[in-house]
This record gives sequence, C-alpha cells and structure tokens, in this order.
Amino acid sequence: MMSFFGRSVFPANFQATILSPDWPSGFWSHLVIFVVILFVFFIFMAVAFIYFERRVISRFQIRIGPNRTGPFGLLQPIADVIKILIKEDIIPFNVDKIIHLLAPAVAVVPAIMVFAVIPFQNGASLVDLNVGLLYIVAISSVSVVGMVMAGWGSNNKYGLVSAMRVIAQVVSYEIPLALAIIGVVLYAGTLSMNAIVQAQSIPYILLQPMGFLIYFLASMAEINRTPFDLLEAESEIVAGYNIEYSGFKFALFYLTEYTEALAVTTIITTLYLGGWKGPFLPPVIWFLIKVFAVFVLIIWVRATLPRLRIDQVMGFAWKFLLPLAFINLLVTGIQIAVWPDISQWVMVGVNIIVAAVSILLFSRFFRLNGDKVEG
Amino acid sequence: MALKTETFMINVGPQHPSTHGVFRMRLTLNGEVIQDVEPVFGYLHRGIEKLAEGLNYTQDIVFTDRLDYLASMTNNQAYVLSVEKLGGIQVPERAEYLRIIMAELMRISSHLMAVGFLLNDLGAFLTPLLYMYREREKILDLFDMVCGQRLTYNYMRIGGVSQDIPEEFLPALKKFIDSLPGFINEYDQLLAENEILLVRTKNVGILSRESAINYSTAGPVLRGSGVKWDIRKADPYSVYDRFKFEVPTGTKGDVYDRYRVRIEEMHQSTNIIEQAVAQLPQGEIMAKVPRVFRPPKGEVYGHIESPKGEFGFYLVSDGSTNPYRLHIRPPSLINLTALRELMIGVKIADAMGIFGSIDICVGEIDR
Amino acid sequence: MKVKNYGEGIAKGLVVTMKNALRRPITTQYPEQKLNISRRTRGNQLVWDRNRCIACSMCARACPVSCIDMVTSRNENNKLKVDKMDYDAGLCIFCGLCVEACPQKCLFMSADYEKARYSIKDFKLKKEDILMTEKSRPSGYYSPVNEAKLPKQTLLIDRK
Repeated sequence: MMSFFGRSVFPANFQATILSPDWPSGFWSHLVIFVVILFVFFIFMAVAFIYFERRVISRFQIRIGPNRTGPFGLLQPIADVIKILIKEDIIPFNVDKIIHLLAPAVAVVPAIMVFAVIPFQNGASLVDLNVGLLYIVAISSVSVVGMVMAGWGSNNKYGLVSAMRVIAQVVSYEIPLALAIIGVVLYAGTLSMNAIVQAQSIPYILLQPMGFLIYFLASMAEINRTPFDLLEAESEIVAGYNIEYSGFKFALFYLTEYTEALAVTTIITTLYLGGWKGPFLPPVIWFLIKVFAVFVLIIWVRATLPRLRIDQVMGFAWKFLLPLAFINLLVTGIQIAVWPDISQWVMVGVNIIVAAVSILLFSRFFRLNGDKVEG
Repeated sequence: MALKTETFMINVGPQHPSTHGVFRMRLTLNGEVIQDVEPVFGYLHRGIEKLAEGLNYTQDIVFTDRLDYLASMTNNQAYVLSVEKLGGIQVPERAEYLRIIMAELMRISSHLMAVGFLLNDLGAFLTPLLYMYREREKILDLFDMVCGQRLTYNYMRIGGVSQDIPEEFLPALKKFIDSLPGFINEYDQLLAENEILLVRTKNVGILSRESAINYSTAGPVLRGSGVKWDIRKADPYSVYDRFKFEVPTGTKGDVYDRYRVRIEEMHQSTNIIEQAVAQLPQGEIMAKVPRVFRPPKGEVYGHIESPKGEFGFYLVSDGSTNPYRLHIRPPSLINLTALRELMIGVKIADAMGIFGSIDICVGEIDR
Repeated sequence: MKVKNYGEGIAKGLVVTMKNALRRPITTQYPEQKLNISRRTRGNQLVWDRNRCIACSMCARACPVSCIDMVTSRNENNKLKVDKMDYDAGLCIFCGLCVEACPQKCLFMSADYEKARYSIKDFKLKKEDILMTEKSRPSGYYSPVNEAKLPKQTLLIDRK
C-alpha cells in the first residue's frame, strides 16, 4: 500500500489502469475502487430506470410523463426518494419480528451481487470468475427467499397468497432459464462472461433466436414484470408481498424490482447482444445503449399486454417453454458436435428456420385448461 | 390420503383498486379457489329516495344525475319519461331526436369506460384505459358545449330538453362519429385477438341462458348469454321505432361475450346517431308545461335501456307538486344477484375479471 | 385453449402501441397553456345584475339545496327590494335551475373557474360579492347575449 501514495492518483491512461484487474499496486485498491464504482453505477442506473420507465410508458399512453420537477423532470426520482425516506415506518401488530425486518435485505442483496461479474469493458468487471454464468444463476434464485419472508412475516392474508404464488412461479421458471443459457455456453465454450463477449463475432441473438426468446420470457417471469406480474398485481391482491411495508423497507423492495430488471438487461446484453462491442463509440457507451434498448423492449411489452393467471403461468413454463428449451439445446448440440467448422452465417439461417418451425408446431399442441375447479 | 386444508376469509374491502367504487366482498378462499362470496354494500347511501319526496318534480331531475354518475343522460331520460307518462304530456319531435342523440352518445361513453376498466382489472396497466379516455374526452367536450357540464348534466326537462344545440355542435359531432369506428377497430386490433386476453376471458364466468333470465338480469349481461332482449326494440319508447339497428348477442355467456357485446353496441349506437342527425327536424324543444307541474293522481312505472341494463322508475303521485313515492330500479343491483353463482369455484384472479364484466356503478346500488 | 395465432395477436397489439407512441401527446401544461372552456359552462359562482332584479325570490324557491337565502321587504313605493341575499357557494351544486327560473334574466352563472379558497367559511358570500361588475364574466348558460361574447371552446377533436 505504500506504493499507492507514491504514485499520482490520476495516471495518464486512467481508464485502462483503473478498470483493469491487474493494477500493479494490488488487488485491494482495485477491489475498493471498483466496488465504489459499482455501487454508484447500480444506484444511479436503478434510479435512472425508474425515471426512464415513467417517461417511456407515458409516451405509449400518449401523455407526457413527469416534467415539472427540474428540467424535463430529472429531479423527480430524487423527490421520490426523499418522500419515501421521510415516511413513517409502520410495523403491524403481531408480526414475526425478525422475519419481517430481515426480508427486504434478503431480497435486495442477491440482486446487487449479480453485478460483480458483468463486464463493462474488455476485462473490466469486479472479478472475472471463470464460472461467472453459474454464479449468476445461483445467486439470483436467493431473492425468492426474501419475498417469501416478506409475505409470511406480514401477518396479512394477501401477503400469504402472494408468497405462495411467488414460490410457484419463480422456481418453475428457473429451469427454462438455465437451459436456454446453455446454448450460449456451447457456442462460446466457456462460462466466463468476459470470454463470452469476446467470442461473439456475430451477436448470439442471431445464432440462437429461440434461446433469446426463451431467456427473455423466463427472465421477465423471474423479475415479476407484465405479463407475469401477478405476484404484486395491483388490481387483485393489492401489492402482494410488500403490502405491509412502508418507508425505507418499501423503498428497498421497489429498488429490488428495478435492480433485478437492470441485472437482467445487462445479462441479456452480455450474452446475446455482444456486450460492449461496437464500431465508433467507447465500449461503455455501447453497453449503455444496448441496456436501454432492451429495457425499452421490456417496457413496450408491459404497456401492451394484460396479465396471466397463476395456473396459466405454470402451464406456460412447464408445457411450452421447457420442451422448446430442450429442442434448442438438442439442435445446438448437434450443430456444435457434427459441423463445428461451418461458417456461422449458415448456422444463423438454419437456426432461424428451426426456431420458427418448432414454435409454430408447438403452439398447435399447447393447451391450457381454464376450467372451474369442482369442490 | 386426503390433505386437511382450512379455508380462510379475505376481505376485498371497500377501498380496493378494482372494485368500481366502495363495494365490499367477503370471500372465503381455499388456497386460490373461492368457496363463498358475500357482498356488502351501502357505503354510498345518500337517501335519494327519501330526499326526493321533499322537492318538486323539476328539482328531482338533479338527483337523478347523481345515481349512475357515469351515464347521467339516460338517468334523466328515464325519470322524465316516467313523469311524462304519468302526466300525459306529448313531447315535440325535435326534443325527442335531441334526447336520443344524447342518450346514444352517453351509451358510447359508458361502454368505453366499462371496457377500459375491465382491461385495467385484467392487468393491462392503464394503456387501453387511457386510449378509451381520449375518446371519451371528445364526447364530454360535446356535452360541455350543449349544457355546460361534463358529468352531471341536468339537461332534460319535463316536456323536452332545456336548451337547444349551438351551431358548432353538429359539425363536431359529425367529425367525431366519422372517426369513431376507425378507433374501435384499432382498439380491437390491440386486444381482441390477443392470446392472453382470450385465455383470461373465454370460458370464464359463464352465465347460462336460464340463469340469466331467472336472476332478472338485463343489459349486456343478459345479451351476452344469448337472450335477444332490448327494451328499445321490445317496448319502444321515445322515437326508437323509427331507427334501424341490430341487437348484438353473445353465444356462451362468458366474460369475452359480454366484452364483445359492448363493443358491438358501440357500433350500433354510431349507426343510430347518424340516422338521427340525418332526420333531425326543426321546431320547439319544450312542450307547454306549467312552471310548477302537478300531475294527476296515480302511479306509473317507466323504464328505459340504460348502458348497464334496465333502468326503471316507479312513481306514485297524490296530485301535489312533490311525488309521494319515488322508487328506483337500479340495473347494477339486480345484475349483481347473479354474482354468487358466477364466482363460486373460480380462482381469485378470475373473480376480478368477472366482477368487471358485470359493470356496476355503486352510485345506483346504494342510492 | 389453443394458441392458434402463434403469437400473432400479441404482435399486432405491440404494433398498435408503438404507433400510438409516436403520436403527439395530448397533455396540456396547465398554468402555461389554458384551454377555452365551453361558452355555456355552469361555473363556480353566481353573477347577479342588481338593476334588473325585482326581488321575486323565484331563484331561492327553485334551488334544490336551498343555498340562496333571500329576505325581501317593501320600500316606500310599495315595491319589493332585496334586503339580504346570502349565497353559499360551498353548498351550491351548480345545476342552473335558479338561472332558468328568473323571469327578468338577471342571474347568471360565472365563467371563471379558478376560485379556490382556503377556508370553508369563505364560501358563504353576501350580496356584494356576487354583484355584476366589469371584471365578472357571466357565462352563456341560458343567455344567448353572454354566449356571444365569450370565445369559442377548444375541442379535442380539432386537435390532431
């Protein structure tokens, strides 16, 4: 650490030295600085996502979003944060104290931990794990526990109904999610996120159209966005598992929702759209552009579609997405094993045809039962 | 081995984002399946029937605005029709045509609200609702131009209407009527073939033909179950027998059929307005009625087809300036008697869709 | 049920939403842009032309909620004059029956709508507060004379 104070704090090639993991003066400086950068990034981006979503969804509804506080309404998220922080923190009578108080923390921390392995630039992530993708899938399933704790610990029947729905939905969508990612892993040959980005000469969305679709739908179900947002459906069970939270704990739940959305968009950008690659602008700018583009797609879907019912959601996962994920895996495996040397553009054409055919065929067989339950 | 389960009671309380107004239901749930439903209402009771006995017949029109506040013109029309039946007053032609134009515009506006809120309850996050509101704003602008208010119009009087239309009304109306079918088709494209909506609304909340007739429902709830009964054709009032229009019906009686019946009724209302504007005669707008109106002794029941069903007034008069008894037959309350049969055995997510498709307005339930 | 459109319905819905996203929004930024309200609006207050009033109290009798409190007496020529006319703007329901009932057409509704007050006691107005002056804008409800003086209403159907 002595040599840290010996050199100047802003060396000439600031960007390359700060963000690369083998900064000569040591592992700890890189860790501390990058953790600070990551915190700033995720808080700023989550808040920017809230503002961005409100403005974009208002345009879909032919109205202008918030534009009064500050120029173009840019201070609106700050006003929201201040409002939520000064609200009274109400704890209902007869709750299970420890579970009730710990639930927001257990829900928010796994969502933040995903950012540790996402590359913002060539090699610029907090740690470049060589099992990065496995780490992401494992960590993001821990936040379910937080939601169930919130639903149970609120001493409220609406929360309980919602907690049961959460378990059913989130756990059953993990499987198509993991299977869809394996297609990307087969093409790239490695689980490390940085190496996946570097291996994409064509963005994998063209090589794996069905995989992208499956991953997109499964991850929207994981983060409770429409059409799968029945976990906190406002018109039925009035905000579900976070019904009894107010003040800062509610702010943490709200932040979880947008942080998970941010995590999912960054993962989609890294795996399917080619991460930070792009012609003229610096790589970080390309990364942000792609993240916002995916987010606009998510908002577009939210503005248009109504929501599904819980048994329809489960039927969709187990009867439609799971077989499609298996087909995707099978076709990709065959292509890698039998024809590893063919040019990738041929693979693009073949994959798109296979995706279209299997989706069309499968929807003929897919039936949902919506009958009344007897008794 | 059978699992022992317990039922629990949940209170879809008076303050809830998707009951349209202050309406409370106590549901007994077993997991996600509803076993029993008990509606509790009366949170908006204002004593209109009793208050109306203290005022004369012209002042009572103000109260009828506030019954079903989303469809005030048809409420006015029902009341005024009953009083005219009691007193034997003949309404001039121009006033009848103006009344029909206003009533059909009101029907379009109320159905826009009903469909928009049904989709909001099913989860489409305000987008279809705001498109509907945009079109409804155009209708409210027209009403504003004629009578000065946007919600409680107080437009019809005993023996005619209160004011004549200004000269910019008819061109604006024509512009609106020409643009409305295109808008309804675009709206259909947004949601009618949407798989998610079809899966949520088909085969959900089926009300069979016999049940619908036995529960004395009326309006789109009855027509969605396949019964072709519309008071404008079965017992024509005003000058409805001069217009050519169809009565759309559904086949199965589920939520989807009621939704389609409302959309088709909007097209038919557009049809009626076009014919009425083409046939609009010149003339007076108010019959010769004394300033303080005293009907002869007797009783009468007058009913019309309001957007939510059959809206009726039962008037008993004892020859003085105030009515002796004024009783209101609210369509939403009578349609709600079928709620228990519709909701038992259904999941809670469907329950909100069914409730939204019956389309109630609490102002007339708890008058 | 069978998804027989293979997601086509959903795609059409998305197209419609995107088309609507590219239209001009219909919001009016209130204090800076104001729309012209209807010429026959039944606004927030009454406007009383005292010179033509003959103190017949028809307006007070026609009101359904009894918000006009009128006390008249005879003056030296044995004609009626108004002693007290209290109008409770908080109780009024703006139905316009008083305007229709007046035989001299000296009572009008107002075309102003920005009349918020801080306390509910400020709503009880005396007869001096509702006198017709140069600044008060009577609306055209039931009076074609006033209707011609007001600007035309802005309609949403005219905006594109």
